[in-house]
Amino acid sequence: MPGSLHILTLVKWVPDAQLERTIGEDRRVERTEGVLGELDEYPIEAALQIREALEKSAPETTVRVTALIMGPDGASTALKKALQIGADEGFHLDDEQLAAADIYATSAALAGAITHIHKNHDADSQLLVLTGMASEDGESGAVPAQLAQRLGGLAALTQATSLTVESDRVVVDRVSGNTRQKVAAGLPAVVSVTDQANEPRYPNFKAIMKARKKPVTTLSLADLGLTAIAVQSKISLIAAEPRPEREAGQIIHDDGTAGTQLADYLEKEGLL
Amino acid sequence: MTSVLIVFDRVDEQLTGAQAELLAHGTALGSEVVIVTGQLPANGAEPLAVSGITGVLTGETPIHAPDPALAELVQTAAGELQADLILGPDTPDTVDALARAAAALDTGLITGATGVTGSGAATKTVLAGTWRTTAQLSEGSPLIATLKSNTTSADLPAVAQAPEVVELPVSASGLVEILETTEVPSTGRPALTEASTVVAAGRGVDGDLSLVEELADELGAALGASREVTDAGWMDHSAQIGQTGVTVSPQLYISVGISGAVQQKAGMQTSERIVAINKDEDAPVFEITDFGVVGDLNHVLPQLISEIRKRR
Repeated sequence: MPGSLHILTLVKWVPDAQLERTIGEDRRVERTEGVLGELDEYPIEAALQIREALEKSAPETTVRVTALIMGPDGASTALKKALQIGADEGFHLDDEQLAAADIYATSAALAGAITHIHKNHDADSQLLVLTGMASEDGESGAVPAQLAQRLGGLAALTQATSLTVESDRVVVDRVSGNTRQKVAAGLPAVVSVTDQANEPRYPNFKAIMKARKKPVTTLSLADLGLTAIAVQSKISLIAAEPRPEREAGQIIHDDGTAGTQLADYLEKEGLL
Repeated sequence: MTSVLIVFDRVDEQLTGAQAELLAHGTALGSEVVIVTGQLPANGAEPLAVSGITGVLTGETPIHAPDPALAELVQTAAGELQADLILGPDTPDTVDALARAAAALDTGLITGATGVTGSGAATKTVLAGTWRTTAQLSEGSPLIATLKSNTTSADLPAVAQAPEVVELPVSASGLVEILETTEVPSTGRPALTEASTVVAAGRGVDGDLSLVEELADELGAALGASREVTDAGWMDHSAQIGQTGVTVSPQLYISVGISGAVQQKAGMQTSERIVAINKDEDAPVFEITDFGVVGDLNHVLPQLISEIRKRR
């Protein structure tokens, strides 16, 4: 493919899933120990691999890889990590109006940001938007398709287990119900990438140093020409409580009869 | 009168457990329950011949996910019927179609719900099953929600007459091209997300699945695995239970040779009962098991299987 390709990856600052995560009095997820979502490393790696493949097969094509994050000031640490892994440039949509955004508000704000970035930075390039398979806090996986709808009804090829860019289209392997599909869509398009797609690279010291010099642009809703009404959430959380902790039950050491004792337990509980 | 639309990306000759559950959820909430689907099987609407279904809506041509025309079909149906509630199973293709439809209809979407009320609220567990929340539609209409499996009893009485099918003026868009389709080979076991019993294998099985398969078949269970097992190629990636794989919530979860790190727990800790067999007494899985066996699975499983056979 001649010309230029802009691969825009969406990343998110999420509470570390290895630690205990809580919802505060304000019914928002507490984000003090935030990190770049692990699932967001796969779309960045996919973007870098597409660039490396095109450098060989279509050296006349220039490929730009950027990362867009939406979140409060603290989210800049996750954006920095995306730049360390290999994105060339970062965009940070940071606006108080977006706190507690639901799927509807998130996709509306991201669509506005993507349109703004593409129009003002490289309107002539082809656009491919890559996301992770789901965010690690919201876990809905619904934003990519909704975003595609808002970007003028683009195709959304979600849950990709592999992807390649061939001339002006993206080709994806995915699972649909009980079938495996190979599907293609013309660019621009939105693709969500699973953790099966690749093995994300680990940033070395050189990459970490290089990332310090990469440009980051902070955007507000006003910069995008969006009003608070346009990004108003439709869904609100009205109650949240921790699930009672599971407690350890009976533990036995096998004395040669453990299989029988386990069958006794299952029978007693009506599970056979 | 409450009008409920139930969205299935496709209907095959036999409804899946998740689809049957959706019909139960829908008929409990709605006085008018209409199915919207991208495609029907050779026997038409016969699989949908159950009590309480008003009718079936499809497009003028079959529409295959991930074609955005599926969302257009939902949007058109919602407009025709003035739907109060749109429900679908929590599968990626349906989530995608409903996410698009929600944007087009300017309304809210709740995914992965465990229950929905007629007044636009839904319950769900979040943060890998550690919190229970209730979310409410505060703006717009209808509420659109996807529901997890194992959230209601699936059995609706069958009726003799298949519901009437009406075609809406929507057809496949051509925006996506499906180049190849291959059936995922059937194991003959229930689907992981729908099974009431799940047997999951970990590194401890050391590549030998014969005992866990035998146990699963004896119990009519689905077979799942830890990430180590699927990464090692002992089982397909679609069987992976955990944070980045499938989340299951069966009545009985039997963990075999899995240590139960945070990543794994995230995919199974909302199970009703958890039973674990592991040779390491310090394995984290024992912190959350209802019944744990510290022992060698190669000794415990054959005895368990033969005891189950004796008792049934």
